[in-house]
Amino acid sequence: MIHQFKQNGVNVVLDVYSGAVHTVDDVVYDVVSEIDRVGWEVAKKDSFACLSSLDNTYSRQDIQEAMDDVTELVEEGMLFSSDPYVDMAPAIGNKETVVKALCLHVAHDCNLKCRYCFAEEGEYHGKRALMSAEVGRQALEFLVANSGKRRNLEVDFFGGEPLMNWDVVRELVAYGRELEQSHHKKFRFTLTTNGILLNDEIMDYLNANMDNVVLSIDGRQEVHDRMRPTPNGKGSYDLILDKFKRMAELRGQTRYYVRGTFTRENLDFAKDVLHLADEGFQQISIEPVVAGDKETYALREEDLPKLEEQYELLAREMLAREARGDGFTFFHFMMDLSQGPCIVKRLSGCGSGCEYLAVHPSGDLYPCHQFVGQEEFRMGSVLEGVTRRDLLDRFKGVNVYSKPGCQDCWAKFYCSGGCAANAWQFAHDLHGNYELSCHLERKRLECALMMQCYRA
Amino acid sequence: MKRVKTVNGSTLKQSLKRGGCGECQTSCQSACKTSCTVGNQTCESIKLTGGTVRK
Repeated sequence: MIHQFKQNGVNVVLDVYSGAVHTVDDVVYDVVSEIDRVGWEVAKKDSFACLSSLDNTYSRQDIQEAMDDVTELVEEGMLFSSDPYVDMAPAIGNKETVVKALCLHVAHDCNLKCRYCFAEEGEYHGKRALMSAEVGRQALEFLVANSGKRRNLEVDFFGGEPLMNWDVVRELVAYGRELEQSHHKKFRFTLTTNGILLNDEIMDYLNANMDNVVLSIDGRQEVHDRMRPTPNGKGSYDLILDKFKRMAELRGQTRYYVRGTFTRENLDFAKDVLHLADEGFQQISIEPVVAGDKETYALREEDLPKLEEQYELLAREMLAREARGDGFTFFHFMMDLSQGPCIVKRLSGCGSGCEYLAVHPSGDLYPCHQFVGQEEFRMGSVLEGVTRRDLLDRFKGVNVYSKPGCQDCWAKFYCSGGCAANAWQFAHDLHGNYELSCHLERKRLECALMMQCYRA
Repeated sequence: MKRVKTVNGSTLKQSLKRGGCGECQTSCQSACKTSCTVGNQTCESIKLTGGTVRK
Protein backbone atom coordinates (compact mmCIF):
# COMPACT_ATOMS: atom_id res chain seq x y z
CA MET A 1 0.00 0.00 0.00
CA ILE A 2 1.25 3.45 -0.98
CA HIS A 3 0.27 6.86 0.33
CA GLN A 4 1.51 9.91 -1.51
CA PHE A 5 0.78 13.58 -1.06
CA LYS A 6 2.18 17.03 -1.76
CA GLN A 7 2.46 19.62 0.96
CA ASN A 8 4.56 22.75 1.45
CA GLY A 9 6.45 22.06 -1.79
CA VAL A 10 7.46 18.54 -0.71
CA ASN A 11 6.40 15.38 -2.60
CA VAL A 12 6.09 12.58 -0.05
CA VAL A 13 5.74 8.86 -0.77
CA LEU A 14 5.07 6.49 2.14
CA ASP A 15 5.37 2.74 1.67
CA VAL A 16 2.92 1.68 4.36
CA TYR A 17 4.02 -1.89 5.12
CA SER A 18 7.78 -1.28 5.21
CA GLY A 19 7.49 2.13 6.87
CA ALA A 20 9.84 3.62 4.25
CA VAL A 21 9.41 7.33 3.53
CA HIS A 22 10.75 9.02 0.40
CA THR A 23 10.79 12.50 -1.04
CA VAL A 24 10.58 12.37 -4.80
CA ASP A 25 10.53 14.71 -7.79
CA ASP A 26 7.38 15.27 -9.85
CA VAL A 27 8.21 12.57 -12.39
CA VAL A 28 8.65 9.82 -9.81
CA TYR A 29 5.58 11.10 -7.98
CA ASP A 30 3.42 10.64 -11.07
CA VAL A 31 5.08 7.35 -12.03
CA VAL A 32 4.40 5.92 -8.56
CA SER A 33 0.81 7.07 -8.81
CA GLU A 34 0.32 5.34 -12.17
CA ILE A 35 1.97 2.12 -11.00
CA ASP A 36 -0.16 2.13 -7.86
CA ARG A 37 -3.23 2.30 -10.08
CA VAL A 38 -2.33 -0.72 -12.23
CA GLY A 39 -0.22 -2.69 -9.73
CA TRP A 40 3.53 -3.29 -9.67
CA GLU A 41 3.37 -6.76 -11.20
CA VAL A 42 1.63 -5.39 -14.28
CA ALA A 43 3.78 -2.28 -14.50
CA LYS A 44 7.13 -4.04 -14.37
CA LYS A 45 6.28 -6.23 -17.38
CA ASP A 46 5.61 -3.31 -19.70
CA SER A 47 6.30 -0.07 -17.97
CA PHE A 48 6.09 2.19 -21.03
CA ALA A 49 2.64 0.92 -21.91
CA CYS A 50 1.47 1.40 -18.33
CA LEU A 51 2.98 4.86 -18.12
CA SER A 52 1.88 6.04 -21.57
CA SER A 53 -0.49 8.57 -20.00
CA LEU A 54 2.61 10.48 -18.85
CA ASP A 55 4.09 10.76 -22.34
CA ASN A 56 2.63 14.20 -22.91
CA THR A 57 4.02 15.49 -19.65
CA TYR A 58 7.51 14.03 -19.40
CA SER A 59 10.22 12.82 -21.80
CA ARG A 60 10.91 9.12 -22.30
CA GLN A 61 14.29 9.60 -20.62
CA ASP A 62 12.72 11.18 -17.53
CA ILE A 63 10.20 8.35 -17.26
CA GLN A 64 12.91 5.72 -17.69
CA GLU A 65 15.06 7.31 -14.97
CA ALA A 66 12.07 7.45 -12.64
CA MET A 67 11.25 3.82 -13.39
CA ASP A 68 14.85 2.83 -12.62
CA ASP A 69 14.64 4.50 -9.20
CA VAL A 70 11.27 2.91 -8.48
CA THR A 71 12.58 -0.53 -9.45
CA GLU A 72 15.55 -0.14 -7.13
CA LEU A 73 13.27 0.78 -4.22
CA VAL A 74 10.97 -2.15 -4.89
CA GLU A 75 13.92 -4.54 -4.98
CA GLU A 76 15.11 -3.16 -1.64
CA GLY A 77 11.68 -3.70 -0.08
CA MET A 78 10.94 0.00 0.29
CA LEU A 79 8.15 0.49 -2.23
CA PHE A 80 5.04 -1.51 -3.09
CA SER A 81 5.94 -3.95 -0.34
CA SER A 82 3.41 -6.55 0.72
CA ASP A 83 1.82 -6.99 4.14
CA PRO A 84 3.99 -9.24 6.35
CA TYR A 85 2.01 -8.62 9.56
CA VAL A 86 -1.50 -9.83 8.87
CA ASP A 87 -0.86 -13.26 10.34
CA MET A 88 0.39 -11.77 13.59
CA ALA A 89 -2.92 -10.23 14.60
CA PRO A 90 -4.61 -13.32 16.10
CA ALA A 91 -1.54 -14.00 18.23
CA ILE A 92 -1.78 -10.52 19.74
CA GLY A 93 -5.34 -11.20 20.85
CA ASN A 94 -4.32 -14.50 22.45
CA LYS A 95 -1.19 -13.23 24.15
CA GLU A 96 -1.23 -12.96 27.96
CA THR A 97 -0.82 -9.31 28.87
CA VAL A 98 0.41 -7.57 32.00
CA VAL A 99 -0.87 -4.34 33.50
CA LYS A 100 1.70 -1.62 33.02
CA ALA A 101 -0.17 1.61 33.55
CA LEU A 102 -2.92 2.95 35.78
CA CYS A 103 -4.85 6.17 35.58
CA LEU A 104 -5.71 6.94 39.21
CA HIS A 105 -8.81 9.07 39.59
CA VAL A 106 -7.74 10.49 42.92
CA ALA A 107 -10.43 13.19 42.83
CA HIS A 108 -13.84 13.01 41.26
CA ASP A 109 -14.27 16.64 42.05
CA CYS A 110 -13.12 19.80 40.34
CA ASN A 111 -12.72 23.49 41.07
CA LEU A 112 -13.49 24.50 37.48
CA LYS A 113 -16.64 23.96 35.42
CA CYS A 114 -15.20 23.32 31.95
CA ARG A 115 -18.01 23.12 29.41
CA TYR A 116 -16.54 20.25 27.38
CA CYS A 117 -15.37 18.04 30.26
CA PHE A 118 -15.98 14.34 29.53
CA ALA A 119 -15.73 13.84 33.28
CA GLU A 120 -18.86 15.98 33.74
CA GLU A 121 -17.05 18.52 35.91
CA GLY A 122 -15.24 15.73 37.69
CA GLU A 123 -18.19 13.56 38.66
CA TYR A 124 -18.01 10.91 35.89
CA HIS A 125 -21.68 9.97 35.83
CA GLY A 126 -21.59 9.55 39.62
CA LYS A 127 -21.09 11.48 42.84
CA ARG A 128 -18.23 13.65 43.96
CA ALA A 129 -15.60 11.50 45.65
CA LEU A 130 -11.97 11.51 46.68
CA MET A 131 -9.80 8.41 46.60
CA SER A 132 -8.59 7.35 50.02
CA ALA A 133 -4.92 6.66 50.63
CA GLU A 134 -5.83 3.05 51.39
CA VAL A 135 -7.49 2.53 47.99
CA GLY A 136 -4.57 4.27 46.31
CA ARG A 137 -2.08 1.99 48.02
CA GLN A 138 -4.11 -1.06 46.99
CA ALA A 139 -4.06 0.25 43.42
CA LEU A 140 -0.27 0.48 43.39
CA GLU A 141 -0.04 -3.01 44.90
CA PHE A 142 -2.45 -4.29 42.24
CA LEU A 143 -0.25 -2.75 39.54
CA VAL A 144 2.94 -4.29 40.89
CA ALA A 145 1.30 -7.69 41.36
CA ASN A 146 -0.07 -7.74 37.80
CA SER A 147 2.93 -6.27 35.98
CA GLY A 148 4.88 -9.49 35.50
CA LYS A 149 8.47 -8.87 34.47
CA ARG A 150 7.85 -5.40 33.19
CA ARG A 151 10.05 -2.94 35.03
CA ASN A 152 8.67 0.48 34.03
CA LEU A 153 5.23 1.18 35.48
CA GLU A 154 3.20 4.30 34.79
CA VAL A 155 0.77 6.00 37.12
CA ASP A 156 -1.17 9.10 36.16
CA PHE A 157 -2.80 11.15 38.91
CA PHE A 158 -5.97 12.30 37.23
CA GLY A 159 -9.38 13.64 38.06
CA GLY A 160 -11.40 15.85 38.21
CA GLU A 161 -8.63 17.88 39.68
CA PRO A 162 -6.02 15.71 41.46
CA LEU A 163 -4.62 18.61 43.50
CA MET A 164 -7.92 18.58 45.43
CA ASN A 165 -6.59 15.37 46.98
CA TRP A 166 -2.99 16.48 47.34
CA ASP A 167 -2.10 14.71 50.59
CA VAL A 168 -3.08 11.36 49.04
CA VAL A 169 -1.00 12.08 45.94
CA ARG A 170 2.06 12.69 48.09
CA GLU A 171 1.43 9.61 50.18
CA LEU A 172 1.07 7.43 47.08
CA VAL A 173 4.27 8.74 45.52
CA ALA A 174 6.12 7.88 48.74
CA TYR A 175 4.52 4.44 48.81
CA GLY A 176 5.44 3.90 45.16
CA ARG A 177 9.08 4.62 45.97
CA GLU A 178 8.94 1.93 48.69
CA LEU A 179 7.46 -0.58 46.25
CA GLU A 180 10.16 0.25 43.70
CA GLN A 181 12.81 -0.87 46.13
CA SER A 182 11.10 -4.02 47.30
CA HIS A 183 9.92 -5.21 43.86
CA HIS A 184 12.63 -3.91 41.52
CA LYS A 185 10.22 -1.68 39.63
CA LYS A 186 10.36 1.89 38.39
CA PHE A 187 7.28 4.09 38.76
CA ARG A 188 6.85 6.93 36.31
CA PHE A 189 4.37 9.34 37.79
CA THR A 190 2.38 11.90 35.83
CA LEU A 191 -0.02 14.50 37.16
CA THR A 192 -2.61 16.35 35.11
CA THR A 193 -3.79 19.64 36.62
CA ASN A 194 -5.87 22.70 35.80
CA GLY A 195 -3.40 24.74 37.84
CA ILE A 196 -5.82 26.48 40.20
CA LEU A 197 -4.25 25.03 43.36
CA LEU A 198 -0.64 25.13 42.19
CA ASN A 199 1.70 27.00 44.53
CA ASP A 200 5.46 27.15 44.93
CA GLU A 201 5.60 24.25 47.36
CA ILE A 202 3.50 21.96 45.14
CA MET A 203 5.43 22.96 42.03
CA ASP A 204 8.74 22.13 43.70
CA TYR A 205 7.35 18.76 44.74
CA LEU A 206 5.97 18.00 41.27
CA ASN A 207 9.25 18.99 39.69
CA ALA A 208 11.14 16.60 41.93
CA ASN A 209 8.75 13.64 41.76
CA MET A 210 6.75 13.61 38.53
CA ASP A 211 8.16 12.25 35.28
CA ASN A 212 5.64 14.30 33.39
CA VAL A 213 3.27 17.11 34.28
CA VAL A 214 0.28 17.94 32.09
CA LEU A 215 -0.96 21.51 32.47
CA SER A 216 -4.43 22.22 31.11
CA ILE A 217 -4.74 25.45 29.14
CA ASP A 218 -6.60 26.01 25.87
CA GLY A 219 -4.63 28.85 24.27
CA ARG A 220 -5.76 32.46 23.85
CA GLN A 221 -7.37 34.01 26.91
CA GLU A 222 -10.81 34.49 25.35
CA VAL A 223 -10.83 30.86 24.10
CA HIS A 224 -9.66 29.45 27.42
CA ASP A 225 -12.00 31.56 29.55
CA ARG A 226 -15.04 30.71 27.44
CA MET A 227 -14.62 26.97 27.92
CA ARG A 228 -12.85 26.78 31.28
CA PRO A 229 -14.72 29.03 33.74
CA THR A 230 -14.60 28.91 37.51
CA PRO A 231 -17.80 27.87 39.36
CA ASN A 232 -18.78 31.54 39.63
CA GLY A 233 -18.56 31.94 35.87
CA LYS A 234 -15.34 33.91 35.63
CA GLY A 235 -12.45 32.93 33.42
CA SER A 236 -9.54 30.94 34.86
CA TYR A 237 -6.77 32.03 32.47
CA ASP A 238 -5.36 34.75 34.71
CA LEU A 239 -5.35 32.36 37.67
CA ILE A 240 -3.05 29.85 36.02
CA LEU A 241 -0.89 31.34 33.25
CA ASP A 242 1.98 32.65 35.36
CA LYS A 243 2.03 29.46 37.45
CA PHE A 244 2.24 27.31 34.31
CA LYS A 245 5.07 29.47 32.97
CA ARG A 246 6.95 29.03 36.21
CA MET A 247 6.33 25.27 36.18
CA ALA A 248 7.68 25.01 32.63
CA GLU A 249 10.80 26.95 33.53
CA LEU A 250 11.32 24.91 36.72
CA ARG A 251 11.39 21.80 34.55
CA GLY A 252 13.84 23.29 32.10
CA GLN A 253 11.17 23.31 29.36
CA THR A 254 11.11 19.48 29.24
CA ARG A 255 9.02 16.66 30.72
CA TYR A 256 5.78 18.63 30.71
CA TYR A 257 3.01 19.55 28.31
CA VAL A 258 0.62 22.42 28.22
CA ARG A 259 -2.45 20.61 26.94
CA GLY A 260 -5.64 22.11 25.62
CA THR A 261 -8.76 21.29 23.69
CA PHE A 262 -10.11 23.05 20.63
CA THR A 263 -13.79 23.10 19.72
CA ARG A 264 -16.10 24.45 17.04
CA GLU A 265 -15.83 27.79 18.83
CA ASN A 266 -12.15 28.14 17.90
CA LEU A 267 -11.73 26.45 14.54
CA ASP A 268 -8.71 28.72 14.05
CA PHE A 269 -6.94 26.72 16.76
CA ALA A 270 -3.48 27.15 15.20
CA LYS A 271 -3.59 30.63 16.74
CA ASP A 272 -4.03 29.02 20.15
CA VAL A 273 -1.03 26.75 19.66
CA LEU A 274 1.07 29.69 18.50
CA HIS A 275 -0.20 31.83 21.37
CA LEU A 276 1.08 29.24 23.84
CA ALA A 277 4.42 29.17 21.99
CA ASP A 278 4.54 32.99 22.11
CA GLU A 279 4.01 32.79 25.87
CA GLY A 280 7.20 30.73 26.05
CA PHE A 281 5.89 27.16 26.26
CA GLN A 282 7.93 24.66 24.27
CA GLN A 283 5.92 21.44 24.82
CA ILE A 284 2.41 21.89 23.49
CA SER A 285 -0.54 19.59 22.87
CA ILE A 286 -3.88 20.89 21.63
CA GLU A 287 -6.47 18.24 20.80
CA PRO A 288 -9.86 18.22 19.08
CA VAL A 289 -12.82 18.08 21.45
CA VAL A 290 -14.69 14.78 21.70
CA ALA A 291 -18.35 15.66 22.05
CA GLY A 292 -21.76 14.39 20.99
CA ASP A 293 -23.54 15.96 18.02
CA LYS A 294 -25.97 17.84 20.25
CA GLU A 295 -23.30 20.04 21.75
CA THR A 296 -22.99 23.39 19.99
CA TYR A 297 -19.20 23.27 20.37
CA ALA A 298 -18.87 19.76 18.85
CA LEU A 299 -16.80 19.53 15.68
CA ARG A 300 -18.71 18.66 12.50
CA GLU A 301 -17.74 17.10 9.21
CA GLU A 302 -18.23 20.44 7.46
CA ASP A 303 -15.44 21.88 9.66
CA LEU A 304 -12.83 19.48 8.30
CA PRO A 305 -11.45 21.66 5.45
CA LYS A 306 -10.87 24.53 7.86
CA LEU A 307 -9.28 22.29 10.49
CA GLU A 308 -7.01 20.60 7.93
CA GLU A 309 -5.92 24.02 6.69
CA GLN A 310 -5.08 24.97 10.29
CA TYR A 311 -2.84 21.93 10.75
CA GLU A 312 -0.97 22.74 7.53
CA LEU A 313 -0.60 26.36 8.54
CA LEU A 314 0.73 25.29 11.92
CA ALA A 315 3.26 22.90 10.37
CA ARG A 316 4.61 25.60 8.06
CA GLU A 317 4.86 28.12 10.89
CA MET A 318 6.64 25.59 13.12
CA LEU A 319 9.26 24.99 10.41
CA ALA A 320 9.71 28.74 9.98
CA ARG A 321 10.19 29.19 13.71
CA GLU A 322 12.62 26.28 13.84
CA ALA A 323 14.68 27.96 11.13
CA ARG A 324 14.80 31.07 13.31
CA GLY A 325 15.95 29.04 16.32
CA ASP A 326 12.59 29.53 17.98
CA GLY A 327 11.08 26.07 17.59
CA PHE A 328 8.70 24.18 19.84
CA THR A 329 7.18 20.71 20.04
CA PHE A 330 3.58 20.00 19.06
CA PHE A 331 2.59 16.62 20.47
CA HIS A 332 0.59 15.43 17.49
CA PHE A 333 3.30 16.30 14.97
CA MET A 334 5.91 14.31 16.87
CA MET A 335 7.23 11.37 14.90
CA ASP A 336 10.37 9.36 15.38
CA LEU A 337 10.59 7.54 12.06
CA SER A 338 13.63 5.39 12.72
CA GLN A 339 13.26 4.73 16.45
CA GLY A 340 9.52 4.73 16.90
CA PRO A 341 7.41 1.94 18.35
CA CYS A 342 7.83 -1.60 17.05
CA ILE A 343 5.21 -3.18 14.84
CA VAL A 344 3.77 -5.22 17.73
CA LYS A 345 2.97 -2.00 19.58
CA ARG A 346 1.59 -0.42 16.42
CA LEU A 347 -0.74 -3.33 15.82
CA SER A 348 -2.09 -3.52 19.34
CA GLY A 349 -2.69 0.16 20.04
CA CYS A 350 -3.07 2.03 23.30
CA GLY A 351 -3.55 -1.02 25.53
CA SER A 352 -6.75 0.20 27.17
CA GLY A 353 -8.67 -2.51 28.98
CA CYS A 354 -5.66 -4.80 29.30
CA GLU A 355 -2.30 -3.06 29.76
CA TYR A 356 -3.81 0.23 30.82
CA LEU A 357 -6.66 0.55 33.33
CA ALA A 358 -8.33 3.40 35.15
CA VAL A 359 -9.16 3.32 38.85
CA HIS A 360 -12.32 4.97 40.21
CA PRO A 361 -11.97 6.66 43.66
CA SER A 362 -13.76 3.60 45.10
CA GLY A 363 -11.10 1.26 43.67
CA ASP A 364 -13.25 -0.03 40.81
CA LEU A 365 -11.38 -0.77 37.58
CA TYR A 366 -12.38 0.44 34.11
CA PRO A 367 -10.74 0.01 30.67
CA CYS A 368 -9.56 3.64 30.60
CA HIS A 369 -10.36 7.05 32.04
CA GLN A 370 -13.03 7.68 29.40
CA PHE A 371 -15.02 4.58 30.42
CA VAL A 372 -14.99 5.36 34.14
CA GLY A 373 -18.49 5.39 35.60
CA GLN A 374 -20.06 3.31 32.80
CA GLU A 375 -21.29 0.32 34.78
CA GLU A 376 -21.21 -2.14 31.86
CA PHE A 377 -17.47 -1.52 31.61
CA ARG A 378 -16.63 -2.05 35.30
CA MET A 379 -13.92 -4.72 35.12
CA GLY A 380 -13.35 -5.48 38.80
CA SER A 381 -11.54 -3.64 41.57
CA VAL A 382 -8.03 -3.14 42.88
CA LEU A 383 -8.84 -5.50 45.77
CA GLU A 384 -10.43 -8.37 43.83
CA GLY A 385 -8.52 -7.81 40.57
CA VAL A 386 -9.99 -8.09 37.07
CA THR A 387 -13.16 -10.16 37.43
CA ARG A 388 -14.60 -9.47 33.98
CA ARG A 389 -12.24 -11.61 31.93
CA ASP A 390 -14.67 -11.27 29.04
CA LEU A 391 -14.14 -7.51 28.96
CA LEU A 392 -10.38 -7.92 29.10
CA ASP A 393 -10.53 -10.33 26.16
CA ARG A 394 -12.75 -7.96 24.22
CA PHE A 395 -10.27 -5.12 24.58
CA LYS A 396 -7.28 -7.35 23.92
CA GLY A 397 -8.91 -8.48 20.71
CA VAL A 398 -8.98 -4.94 19.34
CA ASN A 399 -6.15 -4.31 16.93
CA VAL A 400 -5.51 -2.78 13.54
CA TYR A 401 -6.60 -5.94 11.74
CA SER A 402 -9.77 -6.42 13.78
CA LYS A 403 -11.22 -3.09 12.62
CA PRO A 404 -12.83 -3.27 9.16
CA GLY A 405 -12.64 0.49 8.76
CA CYS A 406 -8.84 0.46 9.12
CA GLN A 407 -7.97 -2.12 6.47
CA ASP A 408 -7.58 0.26 3.55
CA CYS A 409 -6.25 3.18 5.60
CA TRP A 410 -2.61 4.17 5.08
CA ALA A 411 -2.36 5.63 8.61
CA LYS A 412 -3.18 2.43 10.49
CA PHE A 413 0.33 1.80 11.80
CA TYR A 414 0.56 5.36 13.22
CA CYS A 415 -2.78 5.66 15.03
CA SER A 416 -2.97 1.89 15.69
CA GLY A 417 -6.68 1.83 15.11
CA GLY A 418 -7.46 4.90 17.17
CA CYS A 419 -9.11 5.41 20.53
CA ALA A 420 -11.33 2.60 21.84
CA ALA A 421 -13.45 5.02 23.88
CA ASN A 422 -14.09 7.15 20.81
CA ALA A 423 -15.03 4.04 18.82
CA TRP A 424 -17.50 3.05 21.49
CA GLN A 425 -18.99 6.52 21.85
CA PHE A 426 -19.50 7.14 18.14
CA ALA A 427 -19.87 3.68 16.58
CA HIS A 428 -21.02 1.76 19.67
CA ASP A 429 -18.49 -0.87 18.62
CA LEU A 430 -14.94 -1.27 19.91
CA HIS A 431 -14.01 -2.38 16.38
CA GLY A 432 -15.63 0.70 14.85
CA ASN A 433 -14.18 4.08 13.93
CA TYR A 434 -14.82 7.70 14.83
CA GLU A 435 -14.51 8.99 11.28
CA LEU A 436 -14.07 12.66 12.08
CA SER A 437 -11.16 11.83 14.34
CA CYS A 438 -9.68 9.57 11.62
CA HIS A 439 -9.74 12.47 9.14
CA LEU A 440 -7.90 14.75 11.54
CA GLU A 441 -5.40 12.06 12.50
CA ARG A 442 -4.51 11.48 8.85
CA LYS A 443 -3.96 15.20 8.31
CA ARG A 444 -1.77 15.47 11.42
CA LEU A 445 0.30 12.52 10.22
CA GLU A 446 0.72 14.05 6.77
CA CYS A 447 1.95 17.24 8.41
CA ALA A 448 4.34 15.28 10.62
CA LEU A 449 5.70 13.35 7.62
CA MET A 450 6.06 16.53 5.57
CA MET A 451 8.02 18.16 8.41
CA GLN A 452 10.36 15.16 8.62
CA CYS A 453 10.94 15.23 4.87
CA TYR A 454 11.40 18.99 4.82
CA ARG A 455 14.09 18.78 7.50
CA ALA A 456 15.92 15.87 5.81
CA MET B 1 19.15 7.40 -7.14
CA LYS B 2 18.69 10.59 -9.09
CA ARG B 3 15.14 11.48 -8.31
CA VAL B 4 14.44 9.99 -4.90
CA LYS B 5 15.70 10.78 -1.43
CA THR B 6 14.90 8.10 1.13
CA VAL B 7 14.18 9.79 4.45
CA ASN B 8 13.47 6.56 6.28
CA GLY B 9 14.16 2.93 5.37
CA SER B 10 12.09 -0.14 6.07
CA THR B 11 12.13 0.31 9.84
CA LEU B 12 8.72 -1.24 10.42
CA LYS B 13 9.84 -4.54 8.95
CA GLN B 14 13.10 -4.29 10.86
CA SER B 15 11.14 -3.92 14.09
CA LEU B 16 9.66 -7.38 13.56
CA LYS B 17 13.01 -8.74 14.72
CA ARG B 18 13.15 -6.90 18.02
CA GLY B 19 9.54 -6.03 18.80
CA GLY B 20 7.17 -6.78 21.59
CA CYS B 21 9.19 -6.26 24.79
CA GLY B 22 6.28 -4.22 26.16
CA GLU B 23 8.40 -1.67 28.01
CA CYS B 24 7.07 1.23 25.96
CA GLN B 25 4.94 4.00 27.34
CA THR B 26 1.17 3.73 27.31
CA SER B 27 -0.18 6.05 24.65
CA CYS B 28 -2.57 8.02 26.82
CA GLN B 29 -0.13 8.67 29.64
CA SER B 30 1.70 11.57 28.05
CA ALA B 31 -0.35 14.41 26.67
CA CYS B 32 -3.26 12.84 24.92
CA LYS B 33 -6.33 11.87 26.84
CA THR B 34 -8.95 11.80 24.13
CA SER B 35 -7.24 10.67 20.94
CA CYS B 36 -4.80 7.91 20.20
CA THR B 37 -1.47 8.35 18.49
CA VAL B 38 1.04 5.57 18.83
CA GLY B 39 3.45 6.43 16.02
CA ASN B 40 4.85 9.41 17.90
CA GLN B 41 6.26 7.36 20.74
CA THR B 42 9.83 6.20 21.13
CA CYS B 43 10.86 2.56 21.46
CA GLU B 44 12.00 1.95 25.01
CA SER B 45 14.40 -0.83 24.10
CA ILE B 46 16.15 1.32 21.49
CA LYS B 47 16.40 4.11 24.06
CA LEU B 48 18.06 1.72 26.49
CA THR B 49 20.41 0.05 24.02
CA GLY B 50 21.35 3.22 22.22
CA GLY B 51 19.81 2.12 18.95
CA THR B 52 19.88 -1.24 17.28
CA VAL B 53 17.71 -0.57 14.28
CA ARG B 54 19.34 0.15 11.00
CA LYS B 55 17.87 2.87 8.84
